[in-house]
Amino acid sequence: MDGAQDMGGVKGFGPVQPEPNEPIFHGEWERRAFALTLAMGRPGGWNIDMSRFARENRPHDDYLSKSYYQIWLAGLEKLMLERGLISEDEIARGHSLDPPKPVKAVLSSSDVGAMLHRGGPTERDPLQPARYGIGDRVRMKNINPPTHTRLPRYVRGRVGTIELLHGAHVFPDTNSLGQGEDPQWLYTVRFDGTELWGAEADPTTKVSVDAWESYLEPA
Amino acid sequence: MSGHDHDHHHDHDHSELSETELRVRALETLLTEKGYVDPAALDVLIETYEKKVGPRNGARVVAKAWVDPEYRKRLLADGTPAIAEIGYAGRQGEHVVALENTPTTHNMVVCTLCSCYPWPVLGLPPVWYKSAPYRSRAVSDPRGVLRDFGVELPKDTEIRIWDSTAEIRYIVLPMRPAGTEGWSEEKLADLVTRDSMIGTGLAKKPGGAT
Repeated sequence: MDGAQDMGGVKGFGPVQPEPNEPIFHGEWERRAFALTLAMGRPGGWNIDMSRFARENRPHDDYLSKSYYQIWLAGLEKLMLERGLISEDEIARGHSLDPPKPVKAVLSSSDVGAMLHRGGPTERDPLQPARYGIGDRVRMKNINPPTHTRLPRYVRGRVGTIELLHGAHVFPDTNSLGQGEDPQWLYTVRFDGTELWGAEADPTTKVSVDAWESYLEPA
Repeated sequence: MSGHDHDHHHDHDHSELSETELRVRALETLLTEKGYVDPAALDVLIETYEKKVGPRNGARVVAKAWVDPEYRKRLLADGTPAIAEIGYAGRQGEHVVALENTPTTHNMVVCTLCSCYPWPVLGLPPVWYKSAPYRSRAVSDPRGVLRDFGVELPKDTEIRIWDSTAEIRYIVLPMRPAGTEGWSEEKLADLVTRDSMIGTGLAKKPGGAT
């Protein structure tokens, strides 16, 4: 979706402000929000693309005014509410009012290490040969779905060169909707800065995105 | 979302912060009562990313690549197994590509769409990496962003920005500083900063200066 999360090239956010000796978390609530989000992935059963969509699918002012872990928290609440795991009333009261919904599994402390070590690899057996090869010129499609996509606005319609092939990977646009993994070839596509930002752009800049095959067409 | 907002919540807006704090507390109580989460598991998750997983992991990878040409080759050819050789793998590092800085090419990593970052080697991302200023400008004004970090590169250095839009995670292999011949991996690792592996910094020079 063309939401506030799609920030590449947007002007007006000001300088980057690195924080010297930054702590991992700023306050106890960030620790707990982070851990709750990771832990709820198991009983919740959603995938990473659903999580990302739950975070980004909100009004621009809401997305931009929330801190990072406030967005995580809002995304987590949305995922749980959508599945009926909890209710608004229960969040407001901070207590369980209804019996829990049956869940497949709960993350125990002894499972954490194995869960993190396993991660969530997204590479799958390819269903067909790759359509493009390294060095091929491709144009990024101009698509503007109202649903989750990982094709940023700033490269749509632009022509680039295939730089890397990563095998077939789970396709977020369908996976985020629960419509299956639809594994597709994943490429790194490199663009000249001038192709993205115009003739005035710094000619020494090259930018790449990782893009699934259905985002591309021959150029 | 920005670093500025973050400071804002902390420095000036205690009422909003405490509202969030109360909401998180309420949520944890609720989810524990429901039996969906085990608070002990939350503690282990937090401890893992506060105490165990961080940029020191990535620094060891870089230092090994600096001293061992065969390892460097394996790392650049296929990052994930090479990094697993020294014990780092898993969540948000399932598919890692290492990017080599050279005298003519400087690599810098961003996630314009969210906050993708190679957790097993760098830990959790700093606030600025997730902030709107970095995500917006890294792809359109990388030299300006580097200046925000006090880094000025030669005019003819090619700047390669890698936008992490899929589940591929990138780590930059910074250039080894001059004057470190014969150093041990452990000593070299001290020169490898987090920012040098994101590409917003360079490795430290011997003697402390960056």
